Amino acid sequence: MARGRIRARLRRSHLYTFSCLRPSAAEEGPHSIEGPGYSRIVHCNQPLMHNKKPFKYRSNYISTTKYNFVTFLPKALYEQFHRVANLYFLGTAIISVTPLSPFSAVSMIAPLAFVVGLSMAKEALEDWRRFMQDMKVNTRKVKVHKEDGIFGNKTWQKVQVGDVVKVEKDQFFPADLLLLSSSYEDGICYVETMNLDGETNLKVKRALEVTLSLDEDEAFKNFTGTITCEDPNPSLYTFVGNFEYDRQVYALDPSQILLRDSKLRNTTFVYGIAIFAGHDSKVMQNATKSPSKRSRIERKMDYIIYVLFSLLLMISLISSIGFAVKTKFYMPDWWYLQPQHTDDYYNPEKPVLSGVSHLVTALVLYGYLIPISLYVSIEVVKVLQASFINQDIQMYDEETGNPAQARTSNLNEELGQVDTILSDKTGTLTCNQMDFLKCSIAGTAYGVCSSEVELAAAQQMAIDLEDQDAERSTGSRQKGKQQEIELETVVTSRDEKDHKSPIKGFSFEDSRIMKGNWLREPNADVIMLFFRILAICHTAIPELNEETGSYTYEAESPDEGAFLVAAREFGFEFFKRTQSGVFVRERYSVAGQPIDREFKILNMLEFTSKRKRMTVIVRDEDGQILLLCKGADSIIFDRLSKNGRLYEEDTNKHLNEYGEAGLRTLALAYRKLEESEYSAWNNEFQKAKTSIGADRETLLENVAEMMERDLILIGATAVEDKLQKGVPQCIDKLAQAGLKIWVLTGDKMETAINIGYACSLLRQGMKQICITANSSDAKETLSLFVTVQVVKENILMQITNASQMIKLENDPHAAFALIIDGKTLAYALEDDMKQQFLGLAVDCASVICCRVSPKQKALVTRLVKEGTGKTTLAIGDGANDVGMIQEADIGVGISGVEGMQAVMASDFSVAQFRFLERLLVVHGHWCYKRIAQMVCYFFYKNIAFGLTLFYFEAFTGFSGQSVYDDWYMLLFNVVLTSLPVISLGVFEQDVSSEVCLQFPALYQQGPRNLFFDWYRILGWMGNGLYSSLIIFFLNIIIFYDQAFRSGGQTADMAALGTTMFTCIIWALNCQIALTMSHFTWIQHLFIWGSIGTWYLFLFVYGMLSPTISGNAYQILVEALAPAPIYWSATLLVTVACNLPYMAHICFQRCFHPMDHHIIQEIKYYKKDVEDQRMWSRERSKARQKTKIGFTARVDAKIRQLRGKLQRKHTSLEMHSPVTPS
Amino acid sequence: MSSNTPSSSAGGVGSADAAAPRRNSKRPKYSKFTQQELPACKPILTPRWVISAFLLVSIVFIPIGVVSLFASRDVVEIIDRYETACVPQNFSNDKVSFIQSAVDKTCNRTLTVKKLMKQPIYVYYQLDNFYQNHRRYVKSRSDSQLKDNSSWNDVSSCKPEDMSNDQPIVPCGLIAWSLFNDTYNFSLNNQQLAVNKKDISWKSDRDKKFGKDVFPKNFQNGTLIGGNRLDPSVPLSEQEDLIVWMRTAALPTFRKLYGKIERDLQPNEVIQVTLLNNYNTYSFNGKKKLVLSTTSWLGGKNDFLGIAYLTVGGLCFFLALSFTVVYLVKPRQLGDPSYLSWNRNPAGH
Repeated sequence: MARGRIRARLRRSHLYTFSCLRPSAAEEGPHSIEGPGYSRIVHCNQPLMHNKKPFKYRSNYISTTKYNFVTFLPKALYEQFHRVANLYFLGTAIISVTPLSPFSAVSMIAPLAFVVGLSMAKEALEDWRRFMQDMKVNTRKVKVHKEDGIFGNKTWQKVQVGDVVKVEKDQFFPADLLLLSSSYEDGICYVETMNLDGETNLKVKRALEVTLSLDEDEAFKNFTGTITCEDPNPSLYTFVGNFEYDRQVYALDPSQILLRDSKLRNTTFVYGIAIFAGHDSKVMQNATKSPSKRSRIERKMDYIIYVLFSLLLMISLISSIGFAVKTKFYMPDWWYLQPQHTDDYYNPEKPVLSGVSHLVTALVLYGYLIPISLYVSIEVVKVLQASFINQDIQMYDEETGNPAQARTSNLNEELGQVDTILSDKTGTLTCNQMDFLKCSIAGTAYGVCSSEVELAAAQQMAIDLEDQDAERSTGSRQKGKQQEIELETVVTSRDEKDHKSPIKGFSFEDSRIMKGNWLREPNADVIMLFFRILAICHTAIPELNEETGSYTYEAESPDEGAFLVAAREFGFEFFKRTQSGVFVRERYSVAGQPIDREFKILNMLEFTSKRKRMTVIVRDEDGQILLLCKGADSIIFDRLSKNGRLYEEDTNKHLNEYGEAGLRTLALAYRKLEESEYSAWNNEFQKAKTSIGADRETLLENVAEMMERDLILIGATAVEDKLQKGVPQCIDKLAQAGLKIWVLTGDKMETAINIGYACSLLRQGMKQICITANSSDAKETLSLFVTVQVVKENILMQITNASQMIKLENDPHAAFALIIDGKTLAYALEDDMKQQFLGLAVDCASVICCRVSPKQKALVTRLVKEGTGKTTLAIGDGANDVGMIQEADIGVGISGVEGMQAVMASDFSVAQFRFLERLLVVHGHWCYKRIAQMVCYFFYKNIAFGLTLFYFEAFTGFSGQSVYDDWYMLLFNVVLTSLPVISLGVFEQDVSSEVCLQFPALYQQGPRNLFFDWYRILGWMGNGLYSSLIIFFLNIIIFYDQAFRSGGQTADMAALGTTMFTCIIWALNCQIALTMSHFTWIQHLFIWGSIGTWYLFLFVYGMLSPTISGNAYQILVEALAPAPIYWSATLLVTVACNLPYMAHICFQRCFHPMDHHIIQEIKYYKKDVEDQRMWSRERSKARQKTKIGFTARVDAKIRQLRGKLQRKHTSLEMHSPVTPS
Repeated sequence: MSSNTPSSSAGGVGSADAAAPRRNSKRPKYSKFTQQELPACKPILTPRWVISAFLLVSIVFIPIGVVSLFASRDVVEIIDRYETACVPQNFSNDKVSFIQSAVDKTCNRTLTVKKLMKQPIYVYYQLDNFYQNHRRYVKSRSDSQLKDNSSWNDVSSCKPEDMSNDQPIVPCGLIAWSLFNDTYNFSLNNQQLAVNKKDISWKSDRDKKFGKDVFPKNFQNGTLIGGNRLDPSVPLSEQEDLIVWMRTAALPTFRKLYGKIERDLQPNEVIQVTLLNNYNTYSFNGKKKLVLSTTSWLGGKNDFLGIAYLTVGGLCFFLALSFTVVYLVKPRQLGDPSYLSWNRNPAGH
């Protein structure tokens, strides 16, 4: 606590040049606020005022649920019967209670109730989870001013607009607040907005000067004020309002607004007034309604259902017309039906009426064409598939203890059809942890550890070289060997390091400069300066960890933290910051004793994304004034003095290497200043600092520029933005599987590009297309409208130029990367430009969008989804990814991090990005094939069965009589054919999971939709039609009129129906056995068990009293089983039904084998074990030709090496005639 | 097996504050089932399998086909269509009025035996264009009434032939009401040929479905007389014509067993048939046939089954042959990686 107060007294604004110490308030007048959109008035500290009429602002209670207790039933029912098929089944259920029904009412209503009930229960459960999540947020506690300066705890939902709220360190803001004061006396506070935009560096918010005095509880006793501001809107970065206090009006801007869901950091407490509460807050306004998602297959299934519906309608019409005709013209002659004594249904006098009523009957009778059980089965199968995903131990993360989770089960098969992955960066690809890895000092590279990318690339390269060796000449083999050895050392060094307990943020290793050894290096003074820059040139605050006695640092960005940790490890421990100085304890000095040194800070020119550099001017203990600068290499190199370029060439080389290895680099430089030179400049600077007016910043920048020149280069640092475990490998595999990966991040462009390198989305030699809008130039001179026009034209031109460039490129290996920032994206996403933008983006191998808002993430996702018509998957971890996750066809959330918003909005959650590979390539692939085959089979099955009913109809004068017993019909879908098809949907594997992972190219069968295209669906339907014809007519002819057994009896309807049904059961189950390629005992049990069940049922049913079993009484035992013709008919029909399919698959495998066929064969003959070389060669060939991922990078490298080799060869050839002579 | 799968999906994410002891509980339990690694047989269609499967089918099917065909050929059948011939000349233009009139319906037919017919020789009547499978017809019966005397008034399903003179009809319904009533008398060389009408129905029907204590009651007493009358003193279980008739046929053309002739008929023997042509098939232009047939182990005369077996067997043999030829002429080495899509079509994707 004591430390907190000391820090609080620090006027941090003194350290800053740009953002703070701005001449206060009076510089610009209040905004003129009037008109629509600016109607909100908030009476501060008088929340009760807002309960009355003109205000009535929304409370801070939030609800993201779809239903509540009252609306659940009607709304959920409506959702359910929104499905055409369900509506149809509802219709049949209603008909079934009337005498028109050919079946009993229970057999129609029960399955419908089951399906609808199951789906509704699922909905209810999901909504309940959402509700619990909301409640957790709503019941969080926060301190709110009650009265007389007393603050008390209130739940978030009770916070009202106008309340004065006190938020403490590391708490979330309960609503959008106006910052009044903070624990710092100049009223600044640090805010982490990760949940809003994914950015992890802290943002500085600053209170108005007039409210600074309100920094303790008592001060709010009589505090009043009025805020007039804009209405609730989703824009996170704008705010317009006025604050009336003490009869003065002050202008408010976004820097005083603390947004809900962001977090207070590095600040003990703040006071604020709630302006927007609950759903009015900006983050909630950003939330998009969570849409209910359906998979591509399911949507296509609807079309098939329509086709079947038309078929159903057609045959129903045919039979009702047939019935009407028969009734009108023939029935009067059928005296045995007593046509004169009929009700309306069979009345020959009213053929139209009987025809219409028969239509209803027929629609129910042929309902077997529309498989209601399909929905039940699919639901069951998907739940089981989802549980397999949940149970997959290889997607379980030991560190966080989270398994993968399928949160909705209806998108499983969609996982197998993904085309584009849109990924968040921070927390998804990276851990947001910087590791100091390498440095280059005075032209010497230090640091032997390699980055994860390098490591992974090295491994890959080793594998590749092995293959290449076989093909290459012996000469180059040596080279390969050499490289391998090199790589091996890299690998082993990494392994050793893992055994030590690593220091967070520091993975550096080099004995030359560690533990004070740098003193013995040739350029020791330069090295010392290098470390000093690391220890001094920053804005962090040290914090003593009392347990270990070492210091930790609270830095604005993780890079800075890494530098400080590095400096500490090198022996330059920054331990104290005062108003004017930085204290550094140097452990390894020339004297050999630790020395505490103080550096007086004279000026600090801090980092902005525009300047891309940071400078401090310090006076050391000898009185020497030093300018220390760190910044982007290009910026620093431009500002070097003539004699400061000693190490430029070497450093540049190292920088390139680091860049290629995916590291973030900064160059370090210094300059010695003369006292007079400095004071002259300082005067200028102070003048600029206190100047008033719009050009103040420009002025300051210019002054800063004057000083930051003639620098002397010292070296460069390389920091690894630590990727999540396995990310490069995963990206590589996904790229090999043919997936496109886009990165959407709220981060800065440079950071994003660095990460692009780190995960091999970008590489050296890739042509980067940066599209930016330089709006700043135009802003001043032109009016707003014209500016927009000009900027848009400019962007459009950039896009068309880039597209042109890609078209004209004729190198097949050329790869392009598109990098675009949020501002530009805002224009590019407008209707008139988005097609061009999309066209360009699709042509590029990788796309990186930086500085994008959550809304823009969602918009980009929608653009890709709708523009390309392909399946998109969005993955992210933060609240800022929610929009994108909801918008994409599949949303994946990273679980195990703080906020659960992304996971709550997602369809699947995994603990780490790397699990995406298994989720897609294994589970997605399997689920897609399973569902596709299952649905196809379902249609086959129901067509084969349903049509036999229709044919029989034609033989009964279209009277609506079914040849099968009611019980057979009921059991058909429920018992006799359901389990095998479920086992197909749950357990089928074309190839094992290892093979899926080894051959990512197999995944392409999904996006290309090889298993659910119309060709295949129609094929299956045709097969169904064929089977129905075979089953029906063969049986009819076999049992035509003669005796069916030696006893002389002829077959009646029951005998014929039962035989036909036996044939169906056999044919369908044999068909599914042919379809499967993976039989565990479960499949065997289900398939052969289904057939056995049928006989068992028939036996038991025959034993029941004849009043129940009717004509089926003892049918198996007495009539059919002793009759050889029954068995021979079964055998004949079963074989005849499956013959064409069998021939088809034999033919296909023989002449057009698909990839998984070949791989199955290789596995079957264990060729992969015998001929491992072939196996690994195929594995490397099986990659999709990609331009991203480190495989592509390695390829590029190999091409480059080959090119060099060739050149060398040719040059050797040129030289060789010379050498002998 | 499925008991191994803990239902971790239920609570999982809702509780974010996973404490340390809960961590382990979230870890999926390993079992071969949950990891989808159950031992499995993965048969694939290798050429050997394909050819032997087709060959096997043809080897099984062709003999079956031959045997069935022989069985069917062994059956001797005499079919006599008589519905036109048995209408006197003067009624030939209005057969319906003939059948509805009270004229004597006796008709004499002669049948010549072509081949030796071994006993038992089954006598069938065959009707045509008769929709015994019509929904209205099929439903019009009461199984409980037939079975049990106590539910004799259970006639709700029998409309319109349920009540007559306000009394329930036993047996009720259209099926019973329209019972076939042509009768046949056979004589060979002026000697009566006995027709055994016992055991022509299914045994279970006699024993269980038609009660021994159920007697026809109030049957054919209404204004509309359908078909045959029943002897009220004989229980239903012994009314075998009715029992046979009540097994409704599946198709509009059907044969029903009339009786058995239990002696051999020699070739060229001439059988005199005296039949009573009572049943009205003229309204709906139905044919009537008298069929004398022997049976084989496979049943009656039907070449189709044998032909179908031969066809399928032949087809399979052909397929086996052609696949063999293909594999001999243009073999594809199994598991040959050069057939993988990325090898076949390097420019693809």
